Amino acid sequence: MKTLRLPRSPKVLLGLFIVGFFLILTVIGPWIAPYNPSATNFLPNLTPSATHWFGTTSLGQDIFSQLLVGARATMVVALLAGLVATALSVTIGVAAGYLGGPADEGLTMLSNVFLAIPGLPLLIVIDSYLPVSGRSNEYVIGLVISLTGWAWGARVLRAQTLSLRNRDFVEASRIIGESRLRIMVTEIAPNLLPVLASSLLFTILYAIGAYVTLAYVGLTSTAVWNWGTMLFWAQSNNAPLAGQWYWFVPPGICIALVGTGLALLNFGIDEFINPRLRASGLSGKMRRRSGLPRRPRLGFTPVLRTPRPTVVTARLSTSSSK
Amino acid sequence: MRMIARKLSLYALTAWVAITVNFLLPRLMPGNPVQTLIGQLTGRVTPQQVHAIELSFGIGLHQNLFHQYTGYISQLFQGNLGVSITLASPVSSILRAAVPWTVGLIGVSTILSFIIGTFGGALLGWTRGSRFDTVIPVATFFQAVPYFFLGTVVLLVFGSTLHWFPVLGAYSPTLTPNLSWTFIYSLIRYGELPVITIVLSSIAGWMLGMRNMMITMIGEDFVLMAVAKGLPRRKVIMHAARNAVLPSVANLSLAIGLVVSGALLVELVFNYPGVGNLLLQAVLNEDYPLIQGIFLVITMTVLAANLIADLIYLGLDPRTRTEAAV
Repeated sequence: MKTLRLPRSPKVLLGLFIVGFFLILTVIGPWIAPYNPSATNFLPNLTPSATHWFGTTSLGQDIFSQLLVGARATMVVALLAGLVATALSVTIGVAAGYLGGPADEGLTMLSNVFLAIPGLPLLIVIDSYLPVSGRSNEYVIGLVISLTGWAWGARVLRAQTLSLRNRDFVEASRIIGESRLRIMVTEIAPNLLPVLASSLLFTILYAIGAYVTLAYVGLTSTAVWNWGTMLFWAQSNNAPLAGQWYWFVPPGICIALVGTGLALLNFGIDEFINPRLRASGLSGKMRRRSGLPRRPRLGFTPVLRTPRPTVVTARLSTSSSK
Repeated sequence: MRMIARKLSLYALTAWVAITVNFLLPRLMPGNPVQTLIGQLTGRVTPQQVHAIELSFGIGLHQNLFHQYTGYISQLFQGNLGVSITLASPVSSILRAAVPWTVGLIGVSTILSFIIGTFGGALLGWTRGSRFDTVIPVATFFQAVPYFFLGTVVLLVFGSTLHWFPVLGAYSPTLTPNLSWTFIYSLIRYGELPVITIVLSSIAGWMLGMRNMMITMIGEDFVLMAVAKGLPRRKVIMHAARNAVLPSVANLSLAIGLVVSGALLVELVFNYPGVGNLLLQAVLNEDYPLIQGIFLVITMTVLAANLIADLIYLGLDPRTRTEAAV
């Protein structure tokens, strides 16, 4: 086994920090919220103060508590939709790439159709027909979002599977007589990991956007607190025009921060896959320490190399696994 | 030509899927909301209109699903999208008034964002490792902000606080649409903030994609060769950029759907009289014929835009043409 060497670029570390912070908030958010987010027992339209960090709504609810409680629903739906959609992409993408022939044609056509239909309008149409019981259930919403979000991942995974399909080690297990399913699961799937991780991050990013947008439009239950319903209430009470920035800016910034964190992590995966990007992701100080030229030169793309001892073990393990 | 035929058949299939989804959703969903809605309609619209709505949703019809389906499709081909419940006029005529605004707004923003983003990305790729790299996290942040939220902030700061731009609507309410310079000037002024919002939200994707391709290209031998020949730096950059831009153009048709999805909400924020605004009004009023008509029209427009983007790609990349000739 070659050990995964995570890129040490500052962008990726920042991404890890942001995503980690919001994951913790997902778990503890509702516990540390100072007040009940729906309770209307404060003075309305208070500006931020020590007792109400982000002030109160025009109904007299504590905005900071809404933000903390809303983190859970937002993140859980995004993670659920991201995981389900990625599971769909893996199944469809790997099957299409590995099976080839008419199965590939059909599955590729299916994902291309889903890519070409604009996602949000489709989501709005489906969601507007959901019965009220379905619309107020976040898990149903998450599943509908995943239905509209799997196609991009399937396309990328299919391309990667195609390039893996004819490598020697896959050929070898085919000659031994391994079953197709076993080859797909044990030989091809592990080598798809970086692409898979990147597509998972993108899908979660898409799911957060889609969920928040549906809530903002008023197509989810307004009784469930998430960052989108906060924006919905702020908008329908004209908070932006009344200058109540402390009502609608915090949820928007949180959404953007989670998205930025996910995208920064994805840079790390890109740098992991493409060594040329890896060297350019380092700061000046790290470049000097790794013995790279201060300024990149043409034609000689600096490639980061593993320190000598690791190379030796990597070689040993590759030869022993063959 | 084979590639065009392939693309055409894909888009035809997509159009068919969209139409079929539109047909099946109201008929298969449990607890059809349209049925309850029609009960509240009495007195607000004429009995003929109620009948037309019932027809388009297959209520009270003693036909099998297949008959309803063929009837639905033949109505579509005659340009009949049904009657709006709240506005009590044909959906097709409502849409005819709204579509040009959306196509204009999103078209201009997408072209601007693609051009600026690609040039910016090429320069970022060339100067990689320099202090310009700080643009990347900033651009990523703007990409992660929901379009409608960025629109709200931009509206609040530059519109209603600083008064740098006129806001709300597509042109000054004192004017009537005509071809005079005053009207066109007003149109441009009112369009500035929505366009800036959409460009800011969508530019990062083009920029990052182009930067990464550029870094990959710079390592190629032909760039080294160009430098060795002593070409001026500007020419070398163009040389590499021309080759790096191909994946961006290939992705153009995929990105259009995403941009459209985000931009529809910008219309709501700026009260722009386009399809997005109409769609959200329809959702609030539970105006199902209008929702479905808008979904179909948006999908068809996006498919047409995709086809144009594919044709541009075909014109740019000679490899796809030789492949098509074989």
